[in-house]
Amino acid sequence: MSNIETLIKTLVEKHGKTRNSLMPVLQGIVKEEHFLSEEAMIAVAKELDLSAADVYGTASFYTFLDTVPRGKNIIRICKTISCHMKGKDEIIEALEDVLKIKVGETTHDKKFTLLTANCLGWCHKGPVMLVNDEVFPEINQQKAVEIIEGIAKASK
Amino acid sequence: MENKILKKVDYIFQESSINEIIDVVSKTLTKSPDDIILDIIDSGLKGRGGAGFPTGLKWKFTKNEDNPVKYVICNADEGEPGTFKDREILDTVAIKVLGGMTICGYSIGAKEGYIYLRGEYNFLLPKLNKIVDDFNKQLKSKGIDFNIFLKSGSGAYICGEESALFESMEGKRGEPRNKPPYPAVSGYNSKPTVINNVETLVYVTMICKMGVERFKELGTKDSRGSKVFSVSGDTPTPGIYELELGMPLADFIEDFGDGDTKAVQVGGASGHCVPRKHLKETIIGFEGIPTGGSMMIFNSTRSMYNVLHDYLEFFNEESCGQCTPCRVGCQQLLKGIESVKKGDRKPQYLDELKKLANTMKVAAKCGLGQSVANPFNSIVDNFREEIIY
Ligand SMILES: Cc1cc2nc3c(=O)[nH]c(=O)nc-3n(C[C@H](O)[C@H](O)[C@H](O)COP(=O)(O)O)c2cc1C
Ligand code: SF4
Repeated sequence: MSNIETLIKTLVEKHGKTRNSLMPVLQGIVKEEHFLSEEAMIAVAKELDLSAADVYGTASFYTFLDTVPRGKNIIRICKTISCHMKGKDEIIEALEDVLKIKVGETTHDKKFTLLTANCLGWCHKGPVMLVNDEVFPEINQQKAVEIIEGIAKASK
Repeated sequence: MENKILKKVDYIFQESSINEIIDVVSKTLTKSPDDIILDIIDSGLKGRGGAGFPTGLKWKFTKNEDNPVKYVICNADEGEPGTFKDREILDTVAIKVLGGMTICGYSIGAKEGYIYLRGEYNFLLPKLNKIVDDFNKQLKSKGIDFNIFLKSGSGAYICGEESALFESMEGKRGEPRNKPPYPAVSGYNSKPTVINNVETLVYVTMICKMGVERFKELGTKDSRGSKVFSVSGDTPTPGIYELELGMPLADFIEDFGDGDTKAVQVGGASGHCVPRKHLKETIIGFEGIPTGGSMMIFNSTRSMYNVLHDYLEFFNEESCGQCTPCRVGCQQLLKGIESVKKGDRKPQYLDELKKLANTMKVAAKCGLGQSVANPFNSIVDNFREEIIY
């Protein structure tokens, strides 16, 4: 059995072999693999007795269930109005600069993917970014760069 | 109507220990389900998720359904731009939410409760998992047959719409269902379900703790109780505030504005934009503009074109795409204001776009598409020049 099949078996055992477990199972895969590969979706379909198209249908609906390869760390910068007014554009510029990628892209070493997100729920403390599950409110260009450099060092 | 000056109160975020809340729950559960529901109806509590449906009635309809399996769901998908109070509630006083869910479960005859937490708030999970575990154990030791579980979303605003939330919990695309049937009849797993906002459930615990009469002293006749507001934008004091309902917006801006307020967006992207000249006569509450609590303040340096553009981009991306009026409507409204701005279209085109927004109000399948006309019309009507030039 491949690694991914083992992971899926464990997740299905934990959450139960029903359709209602599809979201937690897909979320569990993304947590480990950072995206849902075709292989993973087919294996989930088999395990939960669904059609692969059904699994892809659900996966492709959700922003956080990526079906294209992503970096180990996913950076999401809030782009909604309050953060916009607080200068999210400058944050994006600074990170594009230091990571040498554009929004939507992944670095060559597969460490970082840079994305924007709709309202992250921190409008009183913008601009804000999410790195994986962790929140960084009230950032500025310098802080944002330092945070990312810190994560890059830690994951060497 | 009684006019009040702005009243800051402090109930929601008052700390409570798990034992205190378990006590409130145990004491409440000595009453019959019908009596509790009557209390909640009598309190005048209305849902804090935006729509403002009377909470007690919702419970009563669900209780009246004859089904051995029912559910309580706490809607913690908070995604409306400008809203962040549910996060703070779950971060600081989650235990009160669990209390409200248990009281609801007993009242309607449900044995399971779920919290659907938006994926963006996953950082709360370790903490919430522990609180929920402890709470479930306490309930068990008291012989109360109710269990609470946590579910995560995955970054889709539309899953805050109740029927889309059920679909998501059932492992499907978060596409809203046709209504009726309403959740009281057919919700999660097609069983009778009560779905309430995080804040609503805290008020349930509060009402059971302080008593109906004390709760009714807060707010106005049409808007009982207090409300948690999420204040952001051009204000020296952004943050989360608990205020009594029924206040004129002018009083609010007196306190929170920066002296140069041009407009306030009440109720998030899907809410209404109120220009300065209407602040005095606008009442915040169910008798005026109801709100999920989002207050975004804009001063004279802001372009209302950019504000509207941001909102339309948001709806465009978050529309589930299931029905044509909304999928195509959102797209065309966005393209439309862009082309008027560029001069490719005459200013009168804005009136065509308003007709489209009004069509969406009646033809779209769910609240997302239906409410795009709120920001669109209120911004275009009040700031037409800014959209054109
Ligand atoms: C597009 C859309 C998004 C919504 N998002 C939320 C949300 O994030 N949280 C919430 O409590 N209600 C949300 N609602 C309202 C819910 O459908 C539902 O009315 C509410 O959870 C009921 O709880 P209440 O009666 O306690 O307010 C949303 C509605 C729509 C149409
Ligand atoms: S109104 Fe929009 S979000 Fe609602 S069902 Fe239709 S397409 Fe989906």
